[in-house]
Amino acid sequence: MSSIVRPRRRLRFDRFFLYLALCVGAVFCLLPFAWQLRSSIMTMPEIFSYPPKVFPASPQWHNYPDVFSIIPFGRYYGNTAVLVAWNVIGTLLSNISIAFALARIPFKGRKFLFACSIGTLMIPTTVTMIPTFIEWSWLGGLNTFLPLIVPSFFGNAFFIFMLVQFFRTIPFDYDEAALIDGASYPRIMVQVITPMAKPIVAVMVIFTFLNTWNDFMGPLLYLNDSKLYTLALGLKSLLSGYNSYWHILMAAATLVELPLIIVFFIGQKSFIAGLTMGGIKG
Amino acid sequence: MRVKKETLWGWILVSPLALGLTLWVAFPLGVAVTMSLFKWNMISQPVFIGLQNYAFMFFGDHLFWQSLKVMLLFTLTSVPLQMIFAFAAALLLNANVKGMGAFRTIYYLPALIPAMVSTALWLFLYNPQYGLFNLMLDKLGLPTQMWLTDAGMVIPSLVIMSLWSIGNVVVIFLAGLQGIPKELEEACLIDGGGFRHRMRAVILPQMSPVIFYNLVMGIIGGLQTFTQPYIMTNGGPSNASLTYMLHLYKQAFQFNKMGYANALALVLLLITAAVSLLVFRTSRSWVYYEGDRK
Repeated sequence: MSSIVRPRRRLRFDRFFLYLALCVGAVFCLLPFAWQLRSSIMTMPEIFSYPPKVFPASPQWHNYPDVFSIIPFGRYYGNTAVLVAWNVIGTLLSNISIAFALARIPFKGRKFLFACSIGTLMIPTTVTMIPTFIEWSWLGGLNTFLPLIVPSFFGNAFFIFMLVQFFRTIPFDYDEAALIDGASYPRIMVQVITPMAKPIVAVMVIFTFLNTWNDFMGPLLYLNDSKLYTLALGLKSLLSGYNSYWHILMAAATLVELPLIIVFFIGQKSFIAGLTMGGIKG
Repeated sequence: MRVKKETLWGWILVSPLALGLTLWVAFPLGVAVTMSLFKWNMISQPVFIGLQNYAFMFFGDHLFWQSLKVMLLFTLTSVPLQMIFAFAAALLLNANVKGMGAFRTIYYLPALIPAMVSTALWLFLYNPQYGLFNLMLDKLGLPTQMWLTDAGMVIPSLVIMSLWSIGNVVVIFLAGLQGIPKELEEACLIDGGGFRHRMRAVILPQMSPVIFYNLVMGIIGGLQTFTQPYIMTNGGPSNASLTYMLHLYKQAFQFNKMGYANALALVLLLITAAVSLLVFRTSRSWVYYEGDRK
């Protein structure tokens, strides 16, 4: 049996290479960020100097407030926050209600509806993008927030699936006891079942936040008026209008990333749980 | 007539889904199929032209074939590389050593930020005069590159960039690796198996469903690549980075050819379905499910 105990030196050797490989990967991941931060506190001549400088002579922190005076970045923050808030509300209300009905109320047609919902996961969103745009033009919703908010009130197939899977694991004794006590289905949903699903609700909030914050295609299609721009669109307009202002652009990029990184660190656990839920083996 | 409480509440609570499927899936698909038979610029009356949009796509539009080629080239190079690098990263991050939490966070960060932001950042990194990459090549005494303006370099540049943000794939692989029963790995160690043996006999078969999932998601995502070429090159140079989605977007919103764009969208749906089906078919021979064990 001694053959399975590996010699100490070999182990230390392995560990050295493990850390080496990990560090190479980490450098690849972090280097672009480092370059971004370094550029965000430089002057324009420093960015364009040849040979290029690695560090600024003195950090230009005013680049950050400058972002807000060059373009209405504050307004873009506000617009993005409004979209995030509505999307979170819509996502929670619709998906909890739908999944509760599908998982815990025995009625005809629920299996069919669940199957339809799962089926939509197979359709790439980009396929329905153009006809949905046409639909909104008929409804008069172009250049408003409506196309970016309203759909969240109709459920999301991925969240529905996740919630239904979870709701099914809760024993039905809870519902039966509540029904005998005279509680209605909505009351069971709000007071009995939903409180047990807190971890999944957290996942839904975080993912809705990220998806809305990071969405580029949606705002690009529907928002023309620069007063309605989101952060992603604001950055795009900065890129096309001030394409040599790399220092301002990099400062703006940092400002867009900051809230995401904060949310990520607050919700790290639910976040990883949510990511992996989709990929669990069957 | 008395309606059962279950039926009543069931349908009330599920109504957003029923409505949503109609409004945001069935109706748009219907519009897409109908409009693909029309010539329409969203302003004047639509003109019925039968299958002419499809005929033009296959026989008249050389950019359709170009975008198809770009889409397949990008997907076929980026997805396998993403799988390999993400799997390697997950194996490293699964080791039980100090400081792993920090490494895991670092590997994930690039995937956290919006595609728009990472694209702007990489546009700067790829800048031929002031960008980081040419600076590094120059310091190492290697020839600098025209990353995004050289027709032969632009797809490799987009592929390298796609490797930066594979954090989602890594996390899913990592969760899969942590789900492998310890007994299996131990049994393998006791048999005196090395890393290669453990990989072949335990890790790969156990991970095959997760690899399958990531592969399908990667392909579907790859076929829809839009933001990066839209921001960085707008399809250039000489359409070398004109992805299918970018072609579709331009037809719809630059040239207002709504009928044609809908036809393109439906063909993309068919391509995605065909590719997914193909992967599903082959998966039977290499994906191992616990339940199948005889």
